[in-house]
Amino acid sequence: MMHRSHVQKLGFAFLTLCAITVVAPILVVIGIIFVEGVRVVSWEFISAVPHDGMKEGGIFPAIVGTLLLTLGTAVCAIPVGVGGSVYLAEYAKDNWMTRAIRLAIVNLAGIPSIVYGLFGLGMFVLFMHMGTSILAGVLTLAIMTLPVIISTSEEALRTVPTEFRTVSASLGGTRWQGIRYIVLPQALPGIITGIILGLLRAAGETAPILFTVAAFYLPRLPQSPFDQVMALPYHLYVISTQVPGMPMSVQYGTALVLLILVLSMNFVATIIRSYFRRRRQW
Amino acid sequence: MEEGKQKMTTQDDHPSSVLHPPSSEIRPQTEASERIKVEGLNFYYGAKIALSDISISIKDRRITALIGPSGCGKSTFLRCLNRMNDTIGGTRVEGSVLLDGRDIYDRGTDVVELRRRVGMVFQRPNPFPQSIYENIAFGPKVLGLHKNKKDLTDIVEQSLRGAVLWDEVKDKLKQDALSLSLGQQQKLCIARSIAVKPDVILMDEPCSALDPIATLQIEQLMQSLKADYCIVIVTHNMQQASRVSDHTGFFWLGKLVEFDNTERIFTRPRQKLTEDYITGRAG
Repeated sequence: MMHRSHVQKLGFAFLTLCAITVVAPILVVIGIIFVEGVRVVSWEFISAVPHDGMKEGGIFPAIVGTLLLTLGTAVCAIPVGVGGSVYLAEYAKDNWMTRAIRLAIVNLAGIPSIVYGLFGLGMFVLFMHMGTSILAGVLTLAIMTLPVIISTSEEALRTVPTEFRTVSASLGGTRWQGIRYIVLPQALPGIITGIILGLLRAAGETAPILFTVAAFYLPRLPQSPFDQVMALPYHLYVISTQVPGMPMSVQYGTALVLLILVLSMNFVATIIRSYFRRRRQW
Repeated sequence: MEEGKQKMTTQDDHPSSVLHPPSSEIRPQTEASERIKVEGLNFYYGAKIALSDISISIKDRRITALIGPSGCGKSTFLRCLNRMNDTIGGTRVEGSVLLDGRDIYDRGTDVVELRRRVGMVFQRPNPFPQSIYENIAFGPKVLGLHKNKKDLTDIVEQSLRGAVLWDEVKDKLKQDALSLSLGQQQKLCIARSIAVKPDVILMDEPCSALDPIATLQIEQLMQSLKADYCIVIVTHNMQQASRVSDHTGFFWLGKLVEFDNTERIFTRPRQKLTEDYITGRAG
């Protein structure tokens, strides 16, 4: 029989090892991409259009494309997602339909992104005749993002104590006023977290935009929502697998730019969240 | 029509001689008009009856205390008076609750307006996690009681003065309400409820989370609020009921066993059960 203090030491060692196993790959990936990519990333790389079969020039259209797609996704998914979560958390009665909706949302969140891509192709590109366009891509990404936004926002709304709704009602506030002025502000940090998680996924995904919007090579900026556009994740996929003789440095550079874009969005989100969280304490 | 009804109830000032026995030794007070009249109230949680056949007359500008052991229905009764029980599913009400002669359970009742008129202070101080100012301003804002910002600021000041909190917080209105002490928070909640200019204030064990000094302050505050409001307080503290209230109702297993002047209840209760409870033999 081992002494219990030894058991404890062994346990701690094991848990530490687990933690390292989780973090190490992330650090290695980021480290390699940074070291390899930082040599190519220059002002020209991020501000020029690609030329010479994408082997030369920059990735500016892809950056703009990803920003546009993310922004469009935000515009489409946030109102619907937050609205839906308010309905589910505050208004919906607990009946079979609500449970069915909730179950559907949980399942939708687990669907592989390629399925969303194919759905977008069938629904928006072909059936609704949007063609391969920013609009079709944005809608596809928005649908993929919605379940994440709805479920995290609903969770955030539910953590706001019922008491505040009761007090609001006792002061003559309508249900909506209680939600609007008391509950939503309290749930905001959680809602923002959900939005950011969803948008980050949208920004980094390749599969949903593969058939709906992404251009293989389009060395100009889009003119309208019905234009195709290049996007960073797809561009990375293309230059890594589809273009023979592509210098590795360009691939690393593109990966680094995508990484920085996503991480900085994450960073901004964390700041927003902690700002709102500082005001919340009960 | 509404006025006529109101007059009728004011004439009915002495609904029963039990409430004001001719030989009553209560301290002289100006005659109080009836604010709330409950008749034959039954309340059900699903199939379970929580209140049965409650009839009571609550006077304006008086403090009415409701006492009784836990689960006797006194809080449920309190919540019937501003229809807060509506928010709980599967509940049912029978009988009538007249506020100034009008049944609040009538189909046409504007529940939002009812809750403005019948304010509520809860057991645990529960200010919104916002500034002191915003806490008070919430009610007037959602009801649109103010014409401009100046108005709103005036309402905030009056309400805080009314709750004897103004001097303590006037220099930190922008501060988080949760930075106040628990006693101050409860006063803030009282100020928040009077900011919407109610007629009745319901208090559901308002001191049970407070220390003795804060409790005393709230009790003093209640005495000063009595001049303008009809106050109904639920308390499990019999000393508190005897200290602050004018009338006391004793609830037992969902029934109103006895309702009378506080002094009478605590000195010469009519019912054996009341006496047993007050003296600590039952409950």
